[in-house]
Amino acid sequence: MAESKTPIIEIKQVSKVFKLQDQTINALHDANISIRKGEFVCLIGASGCGKSTLLRIIAGFEQPTTGDALMWGSPIKGPDPTRGMVFQDYALFPWLSVRDNIAFGPASRGLAKAVVKETVDKFIDLVGLGKFASAYPHQLSGGMKQRVAIARVLANDAEVVLMDEPFGALDAMTRERLQDELLDIWQRTGLTVVFVTHSIEEAIFLADRVVVMTPGPGRIESDNPLLLQRPRDVASPEFNDIRRVMSAKLHSHHGKKAA
Amino acid sequence: MALVETVPPPAALVTEKPVGKTPWGRVKPLVLALIVPTLLLAFWHIATTQRWTRLIPTPYEVGEYMIDFAVGGIYDDAFSGTLLTHLIASMSRVYGGFALAALFALPLGLMIGRIPTARMVLDPFLQVMRPIPVTAWLPLSMILFGLGPRSAFALVCLGAFYPILLNTIFGVRSVDPKLFEAASMLGCQGNAQFYKVVLPAALPSIFTGLRLGLGLAWFVIVVGEMTGVPQGLGAVIMDGRTLSRTELVICGMIIIGIAGYLSDRIVVMIGNRLLAWSPTHHG
Ligand SMILES: Nc1ncnc2c1ncn2[C@@H]1O[C@H](COP(=O)(O)OP(=O)(O)O)[C@@H](O)[C@H]1O
Ligand SMILES: [Mg+2]
Repeated sequence: MAESKTPIIEIKQVSKVFKLQDQTINALHDANISIRKGEFVCLIGASGCGKSTLLRIIAGFEQPTTGDALMWGSPIKGPDPTRGMVFQDYALFPWLSVRDNIAFGPASRGLAKAVVKETVDKFIDLVGLGKFASAYPHQLSGGMKQRVAIARVLANDAEVVLMDEPFGALDAMTRERLQDELLDIWQRTGLTVVFVTHSIEEAIFLADRVVVMTPGPGRIESDNPLLLQRPRDVASPEFNDIRRVMSAKLHSHHGKKAA
Repeated sequence: MALVETVPPPAALVTEKPVGKTPWGRVKPLVLALIVPTLLLAFWHIATTQRWTRLIPTPYEVGEYMIDFAVGGIYDDAFSGTLLTHLIASMSRVYGGFALAALFALPLGLMIGRIPTARMVLDPFLQVMRPIPVTAWLPLSMILFGLGPRSAFALVCLGAFYPILLNTIFGVRSVDPKLFEAASMLGCQGNAQFYKVVLPAALPSIFTGLRLGLGLAWFVIVVGEMTGVPQGLGAVIMDGRTLSRTELVICGMIIIGIAGYLSDRIVVMIGNRLLAWSPTHHG
């Protein structure tokens, strides 16, 4: 299969410079990363090290200043349903019910009504929101909103799901439950996930690979494959060993905190 | 197959119901709302029966006149039983002028909000025009549109115009930028975003503008009907003034207040229905 050789996402020597009135910000400097289909990659690093910028370049919301961002070998020119984004603050459409939020993508792509309905039903079930299909976003808890946001990109046939600190605003219990659910969905669907987080523990719990980034200018410090077996136990000695190593990598630069 | 066994019920779905269940809880808003009008009425009654002033009729006289104005049979003068005629005349100007204002202000507001060039061309001009009060337009309006209903119509329209325009611009400009990104990554791009993102997101503001606009249309109706129209509540008030019939003036004022209030309640009810999704729109 040629497909398995070409990475689904490839970032080649990508730099991103933001120019404000009186200063230029090197948000991302010479980033290289290659993601295979089905991988779960976590980006971790202190605030301002360019995690969101990298994710937004993959999404197509930003263009690299120099370098190439590729999907299946072709340049990413703009946002596209094949790369779905899950935002930290949900970004649901407040005027649409849960059902219509999930139907937004399929309907925008002009699918037949019956197909849209079937798709939506399937994904409402997948994230366990059957009872709240006709509720509006302001009536939902944070965890439920994030479930809708996930269902919305999955219902739109996203191959790559980009998540920018998606569980950062949730309480610890909801967060753990959503991590489990996300892994479950990922394992059953063969999605590719790029997941930004502040939490070392979250990264080690979820990822096949943890990409550590450092600020000033934002760059990729190291790319760490995790050979830990799933399901992972946060309390196991192996888990803690990895956590210690990662923590050292994160803190070696400028003494910045990452927790 | 559901991945979640126990989903906590959404906060708003559970907490909204059990408000105002007791009998007192139900009548309390009404009782509180009636305190100020009752005190005012009492003061009015005392002030007029104690002869602190001789220029204002007593509440009882006004009440009696109101009945005559509404159905006739007491004084049988030129105004007896004409309330409905005047009310309808005023309502047609209020709603007509309001509709005309909405017809201009909505597309203009959407344009100014969305198109930077349109904003640069129109915004400074409109900012200068806006502080000019409707009363100041009265003479010019009578020259342009003549004495009579057309002028009244134009002035009411002008009164309703700016709140609709400004709130529409505000609504369109304050759409959360994340929603455009969300729409575009879901496959809704370019002009389709106008209908699927901008319009619905701006709807609460647009609605607020329409509500304020309709309120202002009632607010300026008397000025509008200073243009020499024979019928309308504003005309009745102007006639009352020239004839020194203060009870007529007060009747006209009360009816405008009540009609404006009811009209606003209806708009709010429509809004609550239409904007059930918006947490800030439960008037
Ligand atoms: N649109 C933008 N305009 C200007 N500066 C930006 C913009 N987006 C990000 N930056 C800057 O780029 C740097 C990296 O930001 P970001 O990618 O958001 O970091 P992270 O997500 O790791 O916290 C920060 O210094 C930030 O202020
Ligand atoms: Mg960020």
